[in-house]
Amino acid sequence: MSEVIVVTSGKGGVGKTTTTANIGTGLAKLGKKVVLIDTDIGLRNLDVVMGLENRIVYHLVDVIEGNCRLKQALIRDKRYPGLFVLPSAQTRDKTAVNPEQMTELTQQLRDCFDYIILDCPAGIEQGFQNAVAGADRALVVTTPEVSAIRDADRIIGLLEAKGMSRCDLIVNRIRMDMVMRGDMMSMDDVVDILAINLIGIIPDDERIVISTNQGEPVAGDDSKVGQAFMNICCRIMGKEVPFMDLAVKRRFFMRFTGLLKKQREVRS
Amino acid sequence: MKFRYYLNRNKSKSIAMDRLKVLLISDRVDCNPDMMEMLKKDLTRVISKYLEIDADAVNVQIRKTSLKDKGTYQAKICANAPIKSVSNAVTLKP
Repeated sequence: MSEVIVVTSGKGGVGKTTTTANIGTGLAKLGKKVVLIDTDIGLRNLDVVMGLENRIVYHLVDVIEGNCRLKQALIRDKRYPGLFVLPSAQTRDKTAVNPEQMTELTQQLRDCFDYIILDCPAGIEQGFQNAVAGADRALVVTTPEVSAIRDADRIIGLLEAKGMSRCDLIVNRIRMDMVMRGDMMSMDDVVDILAINLIGIIPDDERIVISTNQGEPVAGDDSKVGQAFMNICCRIMGKEVPFMDLAVKRRFFMRFTGLLKKQREVRS
Repeated sequence: MKFRYYLNRNKSKSIAMDRLKVLLISDRVDCNPDMMEMLKKDLTRVISKYLEIDADAVNVQIRKTSLKDKGTYQAKICANAPIKSVSNAVTLKP
């Protein structure tokens, strides 16, 4: 049984592409056959995050327009068996594809893959409509910031209006030191506001920048971010995995002020 | 002093949460806070015709509730109006 998952957020820069790349890598490491589709036509990025930018011959629009066969456009990631990437076109714009064509494409891919993951562009225009058209479920990525949460709420509303059967939330770039200080919303606060199921929390980590520099996703390595992505992959596959403890050791001074304020313990 | 600063300052997290709660209500229903205030006043006026309620404590909110059978969410309007005297409420019933 294959599943089409769209990774979306509304706001740009919250980590859709990074999340897509890492979840794809994680699922491939767990032995699944996965294809990642970059649906951001005109601004392709997934290929560089995956480190596959030198291997592009054909792209999404070529497939849709019939300039090549689907199999020709799929780039196989040599590091993991079963991981493929379908890059988007850099020189075209989002009107080159319509939602019906995207649905048809995902239907074709269902035969060969366990998971088809679509990296959605920012915004709610045609690019978004294209990406969500053929999807069974959505992963909404947000950060604990007012602007990202507002856009996520709007996106959740749009997805529900489209009849998306499952929407799960990923809270990205959380900083536990700031949460404990009361300067950042915790995942509980974000879930409280958005009222959808939480599927993962990703701590803010400089490793992500390093991994993007190197074109090598972190999923499955021994860092906390790598583990966090791996946990999301397991939850996507239907396993029950407890949320990891991201709490940082509070320094002596912070502990003292915390006692005085009878600060509510932040659960993670 | 840093110590006092930590004790007294308003947590920016709660500011963000408060702002978001108001913001999302108006986004969801396409209805601004002024309209909510008018709705609240009208509701208070209508209810007061039949029951003696505490006008200052009336609270009107648009919320999401989960529809358990369908597994989805729906927006609903919740109004809380504390009744002041119960005996009146019974006798005044139209």
